[in-house]
Amino acid sequence: MIWNKHYECMEREELRKVQGERLQELVKRVYDAVPFYKMQLQKKGIEPGDIKDIEDLKKLPFTTKQDLRDNYPFGLFALPQSDIVRFHASSGTTGKPTVVGYTHNDIQMWSEVVARSLTMADVTKSDIIQVAYGYGLFTGGLGLHYGAEKVGASVIPISGGNTKKQLQLLEDFGSTVIACTPSYAAYLGESLEEEKIDPGKIKLRAGIFGAEPWTTEMRSQIEQLLGIKAFDIYGLTEIIGPGVSMECHFQRGMHIFEDHFIPEIINPETEEVLPYGELGELVFTTVTKEAMPLIRYRTRDLTRLHAETCECGRTLVRMEKCVGRSDDMLIIRGVNVFPSQVESVLLEMSETKPHYLIVVNRENNLDTLEIQVEVEEEFFSDEVKELEGLRQRIKSNISSTLGISAIIRLVEPGTIERSMGKAKRVVDNRNIQ
Amino acid sequence: MIIKQLSVFLENKTGRLTELTGILAENDINISAFSIADAADYGILRMIVGRPELAAEVLKKHGFTVKITDVVGMIIPHRPGGLHKALQIISDNNVAIDYMYAFASGECKATVVIRGESLQKIINVLQEHKMELLMEGDVYQV
Repeated sequence: MIWNKHYECMEREELRKVQGERLQELVKRVYDAVPFYKMQLQKKGIEPGDIKDIEDLKKLPFTTKQDLRDNYPFGLFALPQSDIVRFHASSGTTGKPTVVGYTHNDIQMWSEVVARSLTMADVTKSDIIQVAYGYGLFTGGLGLHYGAEKVGASVIPISGGNTKKQLQLLEDFGSTVIACTPSYAAYLGESLEEEKIDPGKIKLRAGIFGAEPWTTEMRSQIEQLLGIKAFDIYGLTEIIGPGVSMECHFQRGMHIFEDHFIPEIINPETEEVLPYGELGELVFTTVTKEAMPLIRYRTRDLTRLHAETCECGRTLVRMEKCVGRSDDMLIIRGVNVFPSQVESVLLEMSETKPHYLIVVNRENNLDTLEIQVEVEEEFFSDEVKELEGLRQRIKSNISSTLGISAIIRLVEPGTIERSMGKAKRVVDNRNIQ
Repeated sequence: MIIKQLSVFLENKTGRLTELTGILAENDINISAFSIADAADYGILRMIVGRPELAAEVLKKHGFTVKITDVVGMIIPHRPGGLHKALQIISDNNVAIDYMYAFASGECKATVVIRGESLQKIINVLQEHKMELLMEGDVYQV
């Protein structure tokens, strides 16, 4: 099934025309409304009039996460607060989050792309969808929620966690579709076995999973445990949230909704645009977003694009599962974590120094985050209550900055490896590539 | 009357303590008393040793996190009720204690190492009640 045949199956030439028109309009709009973009364009000697079609996209400057940080919180908004109807946020690279805003039309557009995504998994008004992504500042919960309402499915806004209740509603309400992180889906599947729930009583047939990297092995494991077909959905807060792209039944990459989000692949070092099929960093330009449009936003996700028409009939470009990052961001339980955030927490605390090691493991399909912090000699107290107090303070500062809890381990100074002056900060044992 | 105690932060790693006792042995430093407070994944080692400054220096040189902490050593008779009497005095006088540990020295005496909020107050209270205190000169060979 295809939600919006007009755009999803449009001839690529025609689509490029649509993109070009929207791009022209976008550049005019942000040039007038966002001082940051005006300055960026002027630096490159570009006038809005210089952008005539989609070929001119590559003339435009890139936007990075650092730019979002420099303009925190609302500096990149193209409309006044009175036009904003919602905020979402994700982790920034340091203590400050990345904030995005939505107008009423942005929410409509977002619902549209999520509706298209859900339709790829044949979700209709005959479905009951359990949205087990977190609701709140995180885009997962509300993003799926609005899209599911748009297709007319019955939504269970249960949010994340509370596994017992999840299982109970799966059984009692007869949910047919579940949306959550893949690791949580695997965990739910295992809990189903542990709780000895009769799989015959579970009506699930499809899962919409995203917000963190997962392997094809995990896909088959989840499909087997829950008796469903598992679909991969992609998105990031800066662009809109979930629904930037989604895979169809043929699962040959995720179709990007190019009438709203124009993708490019660049060489992350030279910033040169690469042809379809080559591996590089994914870059998006949001041509329809009103509140906070982004021009050539560098996602740091590494992937490839394929433009051949899919067997499903969609002409939209397909992106492969991301194979990694061109920065040091980690995705832990669906939450973006930057080592620099941990560093800034430790720097802000008077009794710690930024000597730390992040250890990520996956135990029973759930990610665990351990942060080892060296006990500085000058702050070493020989009383357990003092050291435990220090550990608690680090723990609560870390969890309020990162948005997820971490295990804090105090270690002896000098035990964290310092190689060539630049320490190795992360040990990721999850093996998810 | 204030005694120097060596406090060491120890990660919970096999062989870490052995490494430390090895260094002390090599440097001919005797350990008179010793206790470990253990938390989840680390321990705090507290020791009364001969030549504490030297011990701290050599341990630091080997990468240990070391601190010299002031404590009081109280000598009590090594018989039933000996500790109780001493503790009664301390609690009657509302003196806050952070931690303590004890060791018997010889047939008739035991020593209690005390760390508290105010060491001077502990010393005053104990002296008022004619309790015997360990002197710095003799402590390190206890």
